Amino acid sequence: MSQSSLTRPVGEAVTTASSAEAAKGHRHGTRLQRLSRDKLLIGIGLPGAIALVLFQYVPLLGNVIAFQNYQPYLGITEAPFIGLQNFSFLWGGNPTFYNALLNTLILTIIQTVLVFPVPLVLALLLSSLAGERLKRLLQSILYMPHFLSWVIVVALFQQMLGNAGMLNTFLIQHGLPQFHIIGVPDLFRVLITTQAIWKDAGWGTIIFLAAISQIDQEQYEAAAVDGANSWRRLWHITLPSLKGLFILLLILRLGNSLNVGFEQIILQQGPVGLQASEVLDTWVFNNGIIGGNWGMAAGVGLVKMVVGIGLVIGANKLAHIFGERGVYEK
Amino acid sequence: MTTLEQAAAEGTRTRTSKRPVWMERPNPILQVIKFIALLISAVLVILPFWSVLATSFADRQTLNNAAGGMVMWPGRTLSLDAYKAVLSGGVVTRALVISIGITFVGTILSLAATAGLAYWLSRSRSFAAKPILLLVLGAVLFSPGLIPSYLLVKQLNLLDNWWSLILPVLVNAFNVIVMRAFFQELPAELFESAAIDGASSLTILTRIVLPLSKAVLAVIGLFYAVAYWNAFFNALIYIQTADKWPMALVLRTYVVNQTSIGGEDIGSSAGLPPQLSMEMAILVIAILPIMIVYPFIQKHFAKGVMIGAVKG
Repeated sequence: MSQSSLTRPVGEAVTTASSAEAAKGHRHGTRLQRLSRDKLLIGIGLPGAIALVLFQYVPLLGNVIAFQNYQPYLGITEAPFIGLQNFSFLWGGNPTFYNALLNTLILTIIQTVLVFPVPLVLALLLSSLAGERLKRLLQSILYMPHFLSWVIVVALFQQMLGNAGMLNTFLIQHGLPQFHIIGVPDLFRVLITTQAIWKDAGWGTIIFLAAISQIDQEQYEAAAVDGANSWRRLWHITLPSLKGLFILLLILRLGNSLNVGFEQIILQQGPVGLQASEVLDTWVFNNGIIGGNWGMAAGVGLVKMVVGIGLVIGANKLAHIFGERGVYEK
Repeated sequence: MTTLEQAAAEGTRTRTSKRPVWMERPNPILQVIKFIALLISAVLVILPFWSVLATSFADRQTLNNAAGGMVMWPGRTLSLDAYKAVLSGGVVTRALVISIGITFVGTILSLAATAGLAYWLSRSRSFAAKPILLLVLGAVLFSPGLIPSYLLVKQLNLLDNWWSLILPVLVNAFNVIVMRAFFQELPAELFESAAIDGASSLTILTRIVLPLSKAVLAVIGLFYAVAYWNAFFNALIYIQTADKWPMALVLRTYVVNQTSIGGEDIGSSAGLPPQLSMEMAILVIAILPIMIVYPFIQKHFAKGVMIGAVKG
């Protein structure tokens, strides 16, 4: 998920540049003429456009239930409006909400510090390894887990590290003390973080490897001629060249910091309990769809969306301050 | 690839070293350390798959020797009992058929809708392309949220209906942008000459644009297929009846939550194989399609389609 967001800025930059060009180029006829001229073209594109608008924008209207005492049997049109009562979680001291918020923020910080730099290290290792074929084989292996669903990843982790998993079977057979991590509330964050690294660290190297391959080789040559050894070249050329990308990715991560893996966590909530595992997304699910507290769940979701958009915009501002391009340009 | 290109590629490959003259010989100790670090990462990725595969083929005897836990080697004879049991009809077989159907129908519809929309937006002078493009870009930046999406699906009467697993994810905005960028790279002369010859937009799309875009269609189609196959979240909230479960929900129930698989679940009551090997067989069946398409996705990375999109 975070990877697709990484790839956004460039695609967008390309498109905005070219559509701007097109706009100043030609402008044929009136709106109506163009409509009739393009009707076949529009017919081809319309199903996709309708699906996009219907499932991305129409649901926004449903947020109105955040201001209602919504009950499924009444429906949106009948439900009475109750003002801001559903937003009482913001000031009313709702312990489960605060717990979910706290867990979300802690997980975000842990994942930013521990998960985020791993792809950079892996990419540096890969790019400095001699032997193209070996490198390609390792890449193929390391990218693969990205394409598995969280259900599969969680199942694999259970089979490896669970109480009856491979590791503990091995430890028992050799008379060693067992190691429990699955289903232990105190180690839940460690588990989540390890899984995130296992699944996506390899995939995350792609963007760094692409950036490393873009670095001008003449810089390395000049540095080598001046007597810089490979460590100094890494320190003075490779890392500074990747600084911009690193800051950009970090800022994107910041803009995404309220999302910490719904599927991954909901699958593993059972054994560890809500105190350790509830995050904002699972709170909305558990209280809204499961618990029937529709209005407040929608309220939390709405606040989360607004804050999320604010974070993306703020993160972009930050990117511009750092002289980077950000997700979109000014 | 022509034979000439192939020869050229092999020529560079057989050259002993690509190391430029200014670069010092790689330090062997350092290379070994780096290699070992990467090897450990690769083993950590492969090991779980291997163990799951081995356990799914293990017979009862081997599993008993391993105290009922996972094994690294399936024993002297490969046992297919677990696969026969879960594929003999019942909940797993049904889920497999459902998942294949959703993946197949979903991918075709998604690809058609995405290519159509991307084509509309790629023709720079087309009607309303600009506001629609803004909507697409907006859709990349935020998602509407769980409760409102659920209410919409409910309002459309799609709850507990397989279409709820396809329609809400029919068009991925990011894929539209990638495909549009690709279409825009196609030489404008092709479009102009086709238009002069009297070709309609539809003819241009089917006769010129799509045949030239096979690589990007393949990659995006594979991405959609993987997403449909893996979809768990939507299935969890929209599908209620167990008879309609796709593989992801079967995996969650029987493998993650370890609900025991009884004879009535899989339609073969006589002599069930060990639970663990049936669970692992389900897991292997869920992973297998990803493993099959993965080399194709890889190949297109290698061609630089996705990297190209990343670099811009």
